[in-house]
Amino acid sequence: MKGQKDTIKKVLHYIGKYKVAAVLSLLFSFLSAILILLLPVIFGEMIDCIVEPGKVDFTALAPLMIQAVVIILITAVFQWLQYSINNKITADIVRDIRTDAIRRIEILPLSYLDNHPHGDLISRVIADTDTLSDGLLLGFSQLFSGITTIVGTILFMLSIDVRITLVVVLVTPLSLFAARFIAKRSYSMFRKQAQAKGRQTAYINERLSSQKTIKAFSQEETSIQGFDERNKTLAAYSLKATFYSSLTNPVTRFVNSVVYAGVALVGALVVIGSGGLTVGGFTCFLSYATQYTKPFNDISSVVTELQNALACAQRIFELIEQTPQSEDKTKAALSDIRGDVEFRHVCFSYDKKKPLLQNIDFSVKAGQRVAIVGPTGCGKTTLINLLMRFYDADSGDILIDGVSIYDIPRKNLREQFGMVLQDTWVKNASIRENIVMGKPDATDEQIKTAAKVSGAHSFIKRLPKGYDTVLGTDFDGLSEGQKQLLCITRVMLCLPPMLILDEATSSIDTRTELLITEDFSKLMKGRTSFIVAHRLSTIREADLILVMKDGNIIETGTHHSLLAQNGFYKELYESQFKKS
Amino acid sequence: MKKLFSYMKGYRMECVLAPLFKLIEALLELFVPILVANIIDFGIDAGDKGYIIRYSLYIAALGLLGLLFSVTAQYFSAKAAIGFASRLRLAAFSRIQGFSYSQIDSFGIPSMITRLTGDIDRVQSGVNMTLRLFLRSPFVVFGSVVAAFFIDTKSALIFTGTVPLLSVIVFGIMIAGIKLFKKVQAKLDSITKATGDNLRGVRVIRAFRGEDKEVEAFSATAAALAKIQKFTGKITSLLTPSTYIIINFATILLIYVGALKVNGGELSQGEVVALYNYMAKILVELIKLADLIITMTKAAASASRTAELINADTDDPIGETEMPLSEISDTAPLLQFRDVTFTYHDGAEPALSHISFTAKKGSRIGIIGGTGSGKTTLVNLIPRFYETNSGDILYRGVPLSKIGKGALRKKIGMVPQKSVLLGGSIRENLRWGNPEATDEELTEALQKAQALDFVMQKDGGLSYMISENAGNLSGGQKQRLAIARALVKKPEILILDDSSSALDYATDFRLRQALSEMGSELCTFIVSQRTVSVKDCDTILVLDDGEIVGQGTHDELMQSCEIYREIHYSQFPDEEGKA
Repeated sequence: MKGQKDTIKKVLHYIGKYKVAAVLSLLFSFLSAILILLLPVIFGEMIDCIVEPGKVDFTALAPLMIQAVVIILITAVFQWLQYSINNKITADIVRDIRTDAIRRIEILPLSYLDNHPHGDLISRVIADTDTLSDGLLLGFSQLFSGITTIVGTILFMLSIDVRITLVVVLVTPLSLFAARFIAKRSYSMFRKQAQAKGRQTAYINERLSSQKTIKAFSQEETSIQGFDERNKTLAAYSLKATFYSSLTNPVTRFVNSVVYAGVALVGALVVIGSGGLTVGGFTCFLSYATQYTKPFNDISSVVTELQNALACAQRIFELIEQTPQSEDKTKAALSDIRGDVEFRHVCFSYDKKKPLLQNIDFSVKAGQRVAIVGPTGCGKTTLINLLMRFYDADSGDILIDGVSIYDIPRKNLREQFGMVLQDTWVKNASIRENIVMGKPDATDEQIKTAAKVSGAHSFIKRLPKGYDTVLGTDFDGLSEGQKQLLCITRVMLCLPPMLILDEATSSIDTRTELLITEDFSKLMKGRTSFIVAHRLSTIREADLILVMKDGNIIETGTHHSLLAQNGFYKELYESQFKKS
Repeated sequence: MKKLFSYMKGYRMECVLAPLFKLIEALLELFVPILVANIIDFGIDAGDKGYIIRYSLYIAALGLLGLLFSVTAQYFSAKAAIGFASRLRLAAFSRIQGFSYSQIDSFGIPSMITRLTGDIDRVQSGVNMTLRLFLRSPFVVFGSVVAAFFIDTKSALIFTGTVPLLSVIVFGIMIAGIKLFKKVQAKLDSITKATGDNLRGVRVIRAFRGEDKEVEAFSATAAALAKIQKFTGKITSLLTPSTYIIINFATILLIYVGALKVNGGELSQGEVVALYNYMAKILVELIKLADLIITMTKAAASASRTAELINADTDDPIGETEMPLSEISDTAPLLQFRDVTFTYHDGAEPALSHISFTAKKGSRIGIIGGTGSGKTTLVNLIPRFYETNSGDILYRGVPLSKIGKGALRKKIGMVPQKSVLLGGSIRENLRWGNPEATDEELTEALQKAQALDFVMQKDGGLSYMISENAGNLSGGQKQRLAIARALVKKPEILILDDSSSALDYATDFRLRQALSEMGSELCTFIVSQRTVSVKDCDTILVLDDGEIVGQGTHDELMQSCEIYREIHYSQFPDEEGKA
């Protein structure tokens, strides 16, 4: 409950930016609710003017009609203003929240992003904010006006006749009680339905994504069986959920007609008992009786919706308030560096219970080419993660030209490196935008030259719109290899003083790779470079090879000195050539 | 579409009774204003208390009767809609199981998933709403108009003017709203994409210091979304006020005309009240009707997308066994390609052309070539995942087209490029190859696939639960399990489609050694980009642009095939000088 209060406070904080609009919205909502209630009273008075043949009071009727017209028009304008303002507020708030969320994502530590399913984070930024906005919209437009309507109706009814009002007020809780009873039932069924549907969707997802393998192993029947079971469960829950929830309307309609009958009975008796009620007042009551229960149902649905919205808001705020990575220090700055790199007693692990890198200690001289080799999971990529400060070491220090990388701003550090990863990433934007990421002010000529060097130019020029082809919109079919060429072009364009190539050419066939390798070699000349690769052929020219196993550097040296050592490197290397 | 309705069979009674009962409920409701008019005109006028009590009870009784009818109707429509949707879903899912690879490719997996989930859900709610409302709502609207005519023709003309006007406005705004909502949705999609982009590309974005630019671009998109949402809001916000104006202006007119008529003695006060009450009913139902029509259009679109699935041919039916494999001769070569040409789409360049080669029992065939040269396509033809356009593939002398796919695939162990393992225990996954395999057999397969060590280290060994999409296994572990799964089948032909790419050299080497020890029981196809993986094969096929440009052993190809040489030297530059 306390959490909910906190969340409400945070939502209110976002609304606070649009204070004036919010106050106006509430004002319009209040006024139109009152005016809507006033109209039946005037209609009632109008009906009272028409008693019987020859006795219709036209002089009284005319001004009433004009009054009614004015009220109707003002109400309509107020309603429109209120709805439009509500829409504006919610749209703006959602925009603010989403922007805050993405801003936070950019500065969250990678450990958070790596450990949280992206689907979940996306659904926080998209689906949850949407639910929040729906809830806010509904809350704004219905909660306040609903309450105004209920209070207003009771006051209006009291002003006309106390006895009939009592009838209405006494019967109403019946409707609320019934609605609550049904809502409770259907809520639990809806939850079961949602779970069953989730299980079925997961099954469909998994099975269909693997459909080709399923066919290869003739598993079709098993698939259908599993599906059928889940489908039956879902149908059973769906039936109950749908039926229970569809009871609300008939039941409230029934309660309504009981109220209606009660008002008709008591009202008519009061009229003939000459208790001061006219036929016009009586019709007015009847129309209140039909309107009166509606806001109750509205409010109860708004409350559920709001609760749902709050739950979603909490998830968004969790993301927005997540502790960001540590502040950048600006004790020093790197510029025009030589490229000496030193790891000093570095220890690191992702999971504190499972130590990974232990006491890593090595130094690289400027311009050296360093190859990192070892079996899967030995910590090669982790080393890169530390070097780029995607993760911070648990202990020890990393120095560039003698300056600790923890003493300088991250951006200043990353500026010094050009990085190509095995996991190619291109964004849904034009080819040009993808290439200029590291150098936004590059000219077309520079871009083209870089693409020619990487070999990407030949496929880019064949794309529908060349360098302006928007990936994901104009074109969706880049192969892994082509994506990797794009990533390489990025680096070729900005020519940073140091390079990191983490399996950079793994998706490119070896003949093309050979062509790029030449250019890489040119690029690497004079630049400190770190290369991670499975292909020993691509790394044997390294000045320094770090052989890693289980988080430790177990051997260091050049290709030849390591072969001469007759150790783990030799074993790795020979597995490539040995006759089987 | 028509075919879909056949899945409705068995729910005929529900489909008739649900709308009928709703109709009766609506009819009962329409009597209420008349009863009230009677109370005013006869009960109040005559001061007849008994009359008033009786008629008030009638109103309550009508309400109760209405409740019974509508509850029954809701049950019937829910039952019919859910029964229908559930059958539809099963039919569609089963249909997909009989799809060939080409059909899976052309529908696309995401599209099939949406059809099975979202689309059928929409059909379900469409059917449900239609059964409930498609008679009721128009009936209440027109019934009110008709009832008005019974009371007074001239006043009823106000109704005939109001209803079309209201309809135009309600439907007009709703249609405009839908169009705008589509735009909103499209913008929302791009925001979703942008968020996903930022998460997936976080390392690259940070490495290239693109954080600020990303935030800038994202907030621009978010602002564009907000803008279009506000505009949509302005339009859709017109609905309530404009209908409010029309219905209430009509009411004023009604009361005025009523006043004239009452004055002339043509109408009673109670009848004016009744007309007023009917007017109020129309608006509510008209909005329901517009909602219903939107739901129905959406449901119809979804239904036709579902129908595409259900009406599609099954090019690869389940368990097809046309010719028992036992009748096949043992003397002919195990597998033979004769001038095979294959094209993925009509009119496109062939993915494979004029492929001919022979694979003997127990032999090892290597297939090498650059990205997109047709290696995977070639091996996918062997289990008949795709059908050749011309030329023949013979299994022991018999064309593959004569052999049932189910029977054929039993003989083939396939390890695809991307290893697919499903949620469940390791044991369950391995038993795909052979549901009766014992733990010893599984262990043996794991041993050969170099997977035994890590499986035994997992909690529970063979019982270790693989999570959905195998998130708790590394790429190399998945590949080795996929290989083991194929071996559990004890296949005659094992196809390794670049399936050791995530393995380090040492493990890859041990794997190849273990496979070669299986000798003559197994014919292995090894697809790779690395010459080292295929160099021990009895025959290596070098593919380039869908054609075989070289065929022979490693040594032969090093002599004769330029492309093979290039590939090899690109991986072993050292050897270039020596040769």
